[in-house]
Amino acid sequence: MLAYIIRRLIYAIPILIGVNLLTFALFFVVNTPDQMARVQLGDKHVTEEAIAEWKAQRGYDKPLLVNDEAEGLSVVTDTIFYEKSLSLFALDFGKSDAGRSIAADIQQRMWPSLAVALPTFVIGISVNIAFALFIVMFRASVFDTAAMVLCVALMSISGVFYVIAGQFFFAREWNLVPISGYLGGVDAWRFLLLPVIIGVISGIGGGTRLYRTLFLEEASKDYARTARAKGVPELTVLFRHILPNGMIPILTSVVVVIPSLFMGSLLVESFFGIPGLGSYTLDAIQSQDFAIVRSMVFLGSVLYILGLLLTDISYTLVDPRVRLS
Amino acid sequence: MGSRGYGLLLTLLAGLLSGCSEGAWNNPHPADETGQNILYSSFSGPPKHLDPVISYSSDEGRFIDQIYDPPLQYHYLKRPFVLEANTVTSLPDIVYRDGDGNEVSADDAALAYSDYYFEVQPGIRYQPHPALAVNDDGSPFYVFQEAAEAAPYRTLYDFETTGTRELIADDYVYQIRRLADPTLLSPIRGLLSEYIVGMNEFGEAAKNARSQLKESDSTDWLDLRTLPFAGVEVIDRYRYRVRLNGKYPQFSYWLAFHFFAPIPPEADRFYQMPGMAERNLTLDWYPIGTGPYMMTRNDPNEAIILERNPNYRDDFYPSEGEPGDAEAGLLDDAGQKLPFIDKVVYRLEKESIPLWSKFLQGYYDRSGISSDSFDQAIKVGADGIGLSDEMRERGISLEVAVTPGTFYFGFNMLDPLVGDTGTEEERARKRALRQAIAIAYDQEEYISIFQNGRGETAMSPIPPGIFGYQQGQSGINPTVFEWKQGKAKRKSIERAKALLAKAGYPDGRDAATGEPLVLNLDTVGSGGSAAQSWLIKQFKKLGIQLNIRGTDYNRFKEKMSTGNAQLFQWGWLADYPDAENFLFLLYGPNGQVVTEGAGVNSSNYNSAEYNALFEQMKLMENSPERMAIIREMLALLYRDVPWASGFHPHSYVLNNAWVYNSKPHGISKSVLKYLRIDPRQRLEQQAALNSPVVWPLIVVALLVVIMALPGYLAYRRRLNQRILNTGDQ
Repeated sequence: MLAYIIRRLIYAIPILIGVNLLTFALFFVVNTPDQMARVQLGDKHVTEEAIAEWKAQRGYDKPLLVNDEAEGLSVVTDTIFYEKSLSLFALDFGKSDAGRSIAADIQQRMWPSLAVALPTFVIGISVNIAFALFIVMFRASVFDTAAMVLCVALMSISGVFYVIAGQFFFAREWNLVPISGYLGGVDAWRFLLLPVIIGVISGIGGGTRLYRTLFLEEASKDYARTARAKGVPELTVLFRHILPNGMIPILTSVVVVIPSLFMGSLLVESFFGIPGLGSYTLDAIQSQDFAIVRSMVFLGSVLYILGLLLTDISYTLVDPRVRLS
Repeated sequence: MGSRGYGLLLTLLAGLLSGCSEGAWNNPHPADETGQNILYSSFSGPPKHLDPVISYSSDEGRFIDQIYDPPLQYHYLKRPFVLEANTVTSLPDIVYRDGDGNEVSADDAALAYSDYYFEVQPGIRYQPHPALAVNDDGSPFYVFQEAAEAAPYRTLYDFETTGTRELIADDYVYQIRRLADPTLLSPIRGLLSEYIVGMNEFGEAAKNARSQLKESDSTDWLDLRTLPFAGVEVIDRYRYRVRLNGKYPQFSYWLAFHFFAPIPPEADRFYQMPGMAERNLTLDWYPIGTGPYMMTRNDPNEAIILERNPNYRDDFYPSEGEPGDAEAGLLDDAGQKLPFIDKVVYRLEKESIPLWSKFLQGYYDRSGISSDSFDQAIKVGADGIGLSDEMRERGISLEVAVTPGTFYFGFNMLDPLVGDTGTEEERARKRALRQAIAIAYDQEEYISIFQNGRGETAMSPIPPGIFGYQQGQSGINPTVFEWKQGKAKRKSIERAKALLAKAGYPDGRDAATGEPLVLNLDTVGSGGSAAQSWLIKQFKKLGIQLNIRGTDYNRFKEKMSTGNAQLFQWGWLADYPDAENFLFLLYGPNGQVVTEGAGVNSSNYNSAEYNALFEQMKLMENSPERMAIIREMLALLYRDVPWASGFHPHSYVLNNAWVYNSKPHGISKSVLKYLRIDPRQRLEQQAALNSPVVWPLIVVALLVVIMALPGYLAYRRRLNQRILNTGDQ
């Protein structure tokens, strides 16, 4: 398995270079270094000299991809792309164009993101699986039909509606929780309660329907029928036999997102004032901060690749027939 | 889980909710802050810069202007705006000199320099700060030779040892040196280098010195005091001088900006130590000042906290104001020591709905009014605009003030179709076209629909409250308005159509070719908004087709700086309360195209007459003569119409009942020290507004039980069900 993991990690390098190149090209098609400088320096009294100085301080005074004036390797290395990209592979994100340490910002903002995303993820998966199994128990009944109608209804409602309605009723009308904000330490749970509940509820529709389909397929297989025939209680059949066998497709969609959890959610964090990473990339795009954009895209790619790797590994844990080689 | 179990869960939940919060359950602030003398406010985005040499945004000024103490300040209550001494003993003495250094009068033709003399008040001390911590021998306490030594410090507040010292003249001069240092990218460096003697030379010297340090791989701090700077001089411990080229009366206003606030050289040395910048430990992040507040937390992702500076000097609430201030209770605290509030907590609020809800719940003390909440907060009646009944019942008060700024709809005067180009006859025709559009553009309707009435039509670039603004008949734009029944009335659309015909476009068609007249508005964003539909309608009144070319901000800026826009919308907020700061928006040499994007004259208007008058006016003190010149300049604008229309926005601020001494100041952001709150009143009102409503929890629990019960019963029935019907056996 170790050889497999190493091989996958080596495969990741060209993927990351490609992602980096694509991000670079897309960003600089839209923004020139001069325009980036103007955004950072503001609208009033900005001189050409100040723009040139800003670019020189941040290394944006060099050619983008190829330095025609240089010789030898410098043709490639003395460029914005090379200088800004190489350090990323050592996970050295450097400074944002506004002068802040990106690593320090990520380190600070990832915890509040995790504080919301992790319980939402764990509780959400558990609730969805429990509901799906519950519905499977009453499959082809009125209860099943009613539950599916409810799931479709839940899926049809926009996430923003859940947030606004939740804030309106729970925080504004009934005064049960703070409407938004965040405090560190033990006080944090008061601010996380509503976003987590809303996150779980808004995901019930889609999650339950997907898992129901997966479990229904398992429920009609011979091993499940045999278990029932042997007199095994239905709950035991569901949780001890059907659930583990239904885990492989679930893992495919679930494990891959685990490493990305700390990247946060833009919608939830914005509306609830959670100081996480959700809006970090978007804010950077708006302020044309290329240093943050490339770092976050790179990090997102690394985490996604890591997620896929973890998915493969998790297969071997839940299904002894799977071997990585 | 039985009903007892659900009841237990509910009790546990209620206990948890109440356990961590002494007061209301929905209180977003820490429980231990309840009842304290703390003002709660919010911010919508992280400030980019907190270094007073770089920061140039009002969103940043609201933080750092409470910390930094420039030599001058604006009187809090008096209007029109009045400058007064802040940390200096009096307003600076200005001595005019000729080229040989001899003293001359202000209007002497030989005037070559203006010397500004300042005397700093003795005894003013800095906030406690690690940069000022010293050993017994006076040497700095914190000295790092290598980056690794800074590793234990993640924030400024990890430095346990702090110190303070007296504010001296050298600190003010050091900041001017920082302004001149091109590597610090001060936005006003270009402007000031035209006036402060030797600024460019100093900048070159600083740049060279930094290059030498870089080449030698030295991490040494560059002490800017070691470089020569002809325009500034430290006379003694408390006195300093700044020398300007010629005369620049507006310089006094800059002296009330944080750009001229003092920076102790020790702070510059401290933040330049190895390893500090890598940990975001910079002056751009952690200010150091002598002002009423100091920053004790800078976490722009969550909260920014200012606390009372324990070393703040004796500073007192003003005992004079403008008429009506005493009646409004704004002089009740006259002579009281400032500041009143112990701590100010700003929390990040990106969305307007939670912000507004928290204000109504009493968790924020003050609030603006977004368009979403305008109808709830404001009632528009026959007697004008006022608070809604709901707001009155809560004891909320409303402050309305004209923002010293102008938003306008402009023409690019270099454009061949609408600009001031071509032969004299062509220019006259294009002028008539611009005049026709100016009449058709119903600014009053725009303000009513899209600004909720929060603004007033601009008769000139100069907003109310600034010298040069005139009310009444003498102040109207005679090209667009006429004075009828004591009011300015927009001229009829027939008059506009007649002008359009004179321009060669009867009914919006080219008289020669019959082709429809199509004009292009360049704007940021995509098309299709209600405001854009309204704009198209305005032009349609004249038969002109308006094409809206939406683009991103970069493209828009590029079009503006290269003169490729035709019509555009733009705005300007005053740096200082002087007509020059508005009339320079149409001064030829400030044109966007001639300055390659650096200028503020977005219309590229370039009238020799106007330029000459501007150059004359900008050097004058406010006087009837200056007013006469301003009137002449405005007359040229009325004739040439470089802007179709404009408006001066009104700011609306709501204060909860426990907030006192609030008076909007359009220019200064250093107003926090004057505000007072009554924490007891706030606590009582918060308790009344936020008692938790528990019955929905019980209903939800019951619903869960009701929904789960049939399933549970069905499950039980299924478990007990026989596969084979054995009833007959």
